[in-house]
Amino acid sequence: MAIDVNGKSLETDEEGYLADLSDWEPEVATVMAGIDDCDLTENHWEVINFLREYYEEYQIAPAVRVLTKAIGKKLGKDKGSSKYLYELYPYGPAKQACKYAGLPKPTGCV
Amino acid sequence: MAKPPEFDIPEAGDYIFTPPVMPDAMSHSQPYVAKDVHQEAIGFPGELIDNWQQVAVDKLGELTKKYRGLQVYLDSCVKCGACTDKCHYFLGTGDPKNMPVARQDLLRKVYRRYYTLPGKYFPKLVGAEDLTEEVLDDWYKYYHQCSQCRRCSVYCPYGIDTAEVSMAAREIMDTVGKGQKYCNEIIGKVHKIGNNLGLPEPALADTLEGLEEDVLEDDGVPVKFPLNVKGADILLVTPSADFFAEPHIDGLIGYAKVFHQAGLSWTVSSHASEAANFGLFIGSYENMQKVAVRIREAALELGVKRIVFGECGHAWRVGYSFLNTLAGPFDFLDPNYPVPQHIVEVTHDLMQQGRIKLDPEANDDKRVTFHDSCNVARASRMGSKAGGQFTLPREIIKASCNHFYDMRADTIGEATFCCGGGGGLLTDDLIELRTKGALPRMQALKELNDQHQITHMAAICAICKSQFAKVLPYYGFEMDQIISVHQLVGDALVMDTEH
Repeated sequence: MAIDVNGKSLETDEEGYLADLSDWEPEVATVMAGIDDCDLTENHWEVINFLREYYEEYQIAPAVRVLTKAIGKKLGKDKGSSKYLYELYPYGPAKQACKYAGLPKPTGCV
Repeated sequence: MAKPPEFDIPEAGDYIFTPPVMPDAMSHSQPYVAKDVHQEAIGFPGELIDNWQQVAVDKLGELTKKYRGLQVYLDSCVKCGACTDKCHYFLGTGDPKNMPVARQDLLRKVYRRYYTLPGKYFPKLVGAEDLTEEVLDDWYKYYHQCSQCRRCSVYCPYGIDTAEVSMAAREIMDTVGKGQKYCNEIIGKVHKIGNNLGLPEPALADTLEGLEEDVLEDDGVPVKFPLNVKGADILLVTPSADFFAEPHIDGLIGYAKVFHQAGLSWTVSSHASEAANFGLFIGSYENMQKVAVRIREAALELGVKRIVFGECGHAWRVGYSFLNTLAGPFDFLDPNYPVPQHIVEVTHDLMQQGRIKLDPEANDDKRVTFHDSCNVARASRMGSKAGGQFTLPREIIKASCNHFYDMRADTIGEATFCCGGGGGLLTDDLIELRTKGALPRMQALKELNDQHQITHMAAICAICKSQFAKVLPYYGFEMDQIISVHQLVGDALVMDTEH
């Protein structure tokens, strides 16, 4: 599978995650969101940006709790909940948002 | 907006509805095949090998010699049909190949063909079949529609263990290069990093530090979440989902509060930061052993006296039933405690000794039921009495909340239904199967809910928790109605703030 981003064809795995994480650019998130019929708002981008920052430091997606805390700090306490993150990313913040952010899919009993 | 799932979600109507038989209803369902890199990392060929038929038949013969139980299971079925309506995947899908007897027969008919006299000479008379590509495809589809929960075995007059048959089939498929991506990628991560998530030590340390801050802020108590502490008394081995996902992490906070309040010294290890053992799911003794040995190595390295397992169903099966033979002897641990011990046993003991106090009024806003996880229920035990795996969790829940109700008797205890995501099937590519397989549990929950307005279902398994968080909304419940048993305990625990 592949997606077209800025005229380039980027390879993805069978679940739509980028095959080569270094291929990521902001437009990747927009294209992937388009496939899911999802419009990315500023708040979506806060999540994507945090995921990328965290991944760069720790080489793994943050725990859901770490993510909700960080988003709560940035967007206000009422938005620091997994319920709000599920409103943004109905397929699950850990999976859908990771995909848009170019991170590998979290694996395991999650 | 999310797209609706591309399949019909069953309605949780009256319990228990045995569906009309719908041949091939799930013949389209199969998980992603493992890539070469995932296969090779755990000792299997990267892709389907050229002479796969011969290798598969040989492997089947080898397994019947190695595991004598398997040969008995393959030989002794009389097709009585007692198992047919006991499988949640059959009840949820109506596909006749999900009747345990029929699913087993996909392997059994090949066994008959190559390893029994009538099958060799009169295959048609005894329903024996050659191992063809079509049969292999059926194996791949339907042995990934068994969660190895062993409910059917409870009702089998011969005690045939379907899980063993499914495990053998998966091992044969791995051996010829057709493995499942979800399980095999995960096992590779455990070998490399130490847990299913691939959570490296710095991220684990950061997560645990964050939890210390949260508990201090919420409860005003300096509860520690120690990592790699040499000389600690207890090594806590818990599913990595407890560090990552919700509602799992609230269970981890509960364990930490119990340890803190009882004054027990404990630690998590980054080397053995996973309780689950997916080697079991694919029937690979070698991989199961390699995963289990990490726990021994961590226990020796840290010099602990006890090993305690967190809330993880299959982990407890491997821990309780096999840890000693896989990675023992554990003669270096304190002989006054079982090896390993379950966190539910620890909490229960402390409760009985009066070393912790639980205030059930703290959970008065909840009306709770308990989902017995399949591998705890049917493949292990807790405490010193038979059936302790059923009574101990209920006793600590009842001590933690005033409103507890059990679902109907033929869906709990040893008759419990799988959540629908066990045995290596908790993956998005099987979401239709997972949703439909949850039907019997959802029916029982709905029935109880109609009587008692249940707010929460508690569980002691990471897979059950993730699975229910995903499928509860499909049946009209909320995702956060599934909780950890130790979340209830943690919330009810009377904490000594000067401790």
